[in-house]
Amino acid sequence: MSDAVMIPRPAGHATRWIGATLVATVLVFSLIGPLAVPGDPFAQSLMKALSGPEPGAPLGYDHLGRSIFHRLAHALRLSPAIAIAAVLSAGLAGLVLGTVAAARGGWTDRILTTLADALLALPGLLLVLIVLAILPGTAFGFWAGLSLVLWVEFFRLTRAATREVLVSPAVQATRLLGFGPIYIFRTHIWPEIAPMMLTAAAFGTATAIMAIAALGFVHVGMRAPTPELGLMMVELLPYWREAPMALLSPVIATFALLLSLTLLAGSRET
Amino acid sequence: MNTLITRGIQALMVAVLIGAATFAMMRALPGDAAYRIAAGRYGYDNVDTAAADAVRDELGLGGPALPAFLSWLGDLLRLDFGTSLVTGNPVIEEIGHQLGASMALAGVAVLLSLVLGPPLGILAGLRPGGVLDRLLLVVSTGLKAVPQFLMALILILILSVQFRLLPAAGHGEARHFILPALALALGLAAVNARIARDAMARIGAMPFYSFAQWKGLSPHQTLWRHGLRNVSVPLLTYLGLQFVTLVEGVVVVEAVFGWPGIGHALVHAIFSRDVPMVQGTALCLGLSFVLINAVIDVLTQRIDPRRAT
Repeated sequence: MSDAVMIPRPAGHATRWIGATLVATVLVFSLIGPLAVPGDPFAQSLMKALSGPEPGAPLGYDHLGRSIFHRLAHALRLSPAIAIAAVLSAGLAGLVLGTVAAARGGWTDRILTTLADALLALPGLLLVLIVLAILPGTAFGFWAGLSLVLWVEFFRLTRAATREVLVSPAVQATRLLGFGPIYIFRTHIWPEIAPMMLTAAAFGTATAIMAIAALGFVHVGMRAPTPELGLMMVELLPYWREAPMALLSPVIATFALLLSLTLLAGSRET
Repeated sequence: MNTLITRGIQALMVAVLIGAATFAMMRALPGDAAYRIAAGRYGYDNVDTAAADAVRDELGLGGPALPAFLSWLGDLLRLDFGTSLVTGNPVIEEIGHQLGASMALAGVAVLLSLVLGPPLGILAGLRPGGVLDRLLLVVSTGLKAVPQFLMALILILILSVQFRLLPAAGHGEARHFILPALALALGLAAVNARIARDAMARIGAMPFYSFAQWKGLSPHQTLWRHGLRNVSVPLLTYLGLQFVTLVEGVVVVEAVFGWPGIGHALVHAIFSRDVPMVQGTALCLGLSFVLINAVIDVLTQRIDPRRAT
């Protein structure tokens, strides 16, 4: 169905390195930053609203007089944490179900593929929104909703690759020698799909961070006063003229994070 | 024929999934849905127990789960979406209203992305490794990393707040289209351009393409007769897959620009727990994805008959 658009291209080593360095920079900022400059992302001081940088708040203050530096660091921990948790559970589910579907074939395969195809037809943000409305707790809801959206990609990749590997002469020989399914998975299937999984994981993380920020931006994601990238942007938008840097810092941080993940993933078309 | 059957099954599964999800949403709503709906109908200041009970009785919100689910699915498969819990109008009518506005926006965005992306991509693909090619790679990688809401924000800040060239929100005039459509189109164009570039580079390197030039066709004629048709196949397939991203973008971009479309309606319906509206809009979006991809399946087989086998 979509074989025409899958044009594998060797991912440039250089771009991957740039991506990895940029990811590391953002993570170091969010993890080490608040240690180097201690502060509270929730502490308000209306006297300092929208004032410029000072030693205790290197990026200045927002409209409620909260340190943007600390809110940004907090936000840059929250979204990636949810995103990575969702990618891990989705990757595991996709890996297991994809392998099972490819190995068992028949009705198991048919049912799982139909389910994945149906999920593919639904916009991811829509599913996340519905799950957010069902489950209590925003972070938990995001994790569950994003996992539900993201597993399909891992499933499709694993299933396609595993089907090819399983009919290869190497696997037949392994079977004849009497090795079990776990051995076959470890030595034949996993090495084949591991690089794909890494690319898919980087894309999935970017998608998840984008979704959390987008829903925060239209007021249906994380709730104030939680520091979150999209929410920070929409809160600071009215003060663009007074404090352009305040709005630009979450914008730049989001762009840097997404760009670095895209570079890390390497080029791939779907 | 086979692909159409697959698409039919996909459509059915989409309906069942959305039915199950919205039913779960109805049942698992935190708080009492009756109060929420009453608040949506009469305004937050006019809600009392009597109003909530009236809503509960009218909509049958109590009762066991399984029969309710089966009748829920039955209604869905008979395409009976019921009435909006908030406005009281049939869901079909409400969607009919909003779908037009969304389709207009999405259509303009896709056209815009097709005007911007593929021509640049084809030019770059004719000379792989050239200046244009490398420039396009950098620009499209950057654009792909900007989510639509961020693009919308940047466009609003630059074009309407800073330079006051275009209105930041509104609907009805042609100039209101420009910002939301551009916010959607730039991301699409970035990927379109890459797909076109890859396809063009691949086809340009094939023996039949060089042969067309050896036999005396000018580069222009070669591209026109042998290049474009081959490039259009991956581009079309990709556009179909990209429809989901487009719809997601429409949901967010409509909310940002206050565009009275289906995405805006969906966000509001989820906010006020208007489950029939959520179900109707979600189903509408899911089924249009299946429909568009079915059309694209048929089209690509027309353009490239080799794929029919």
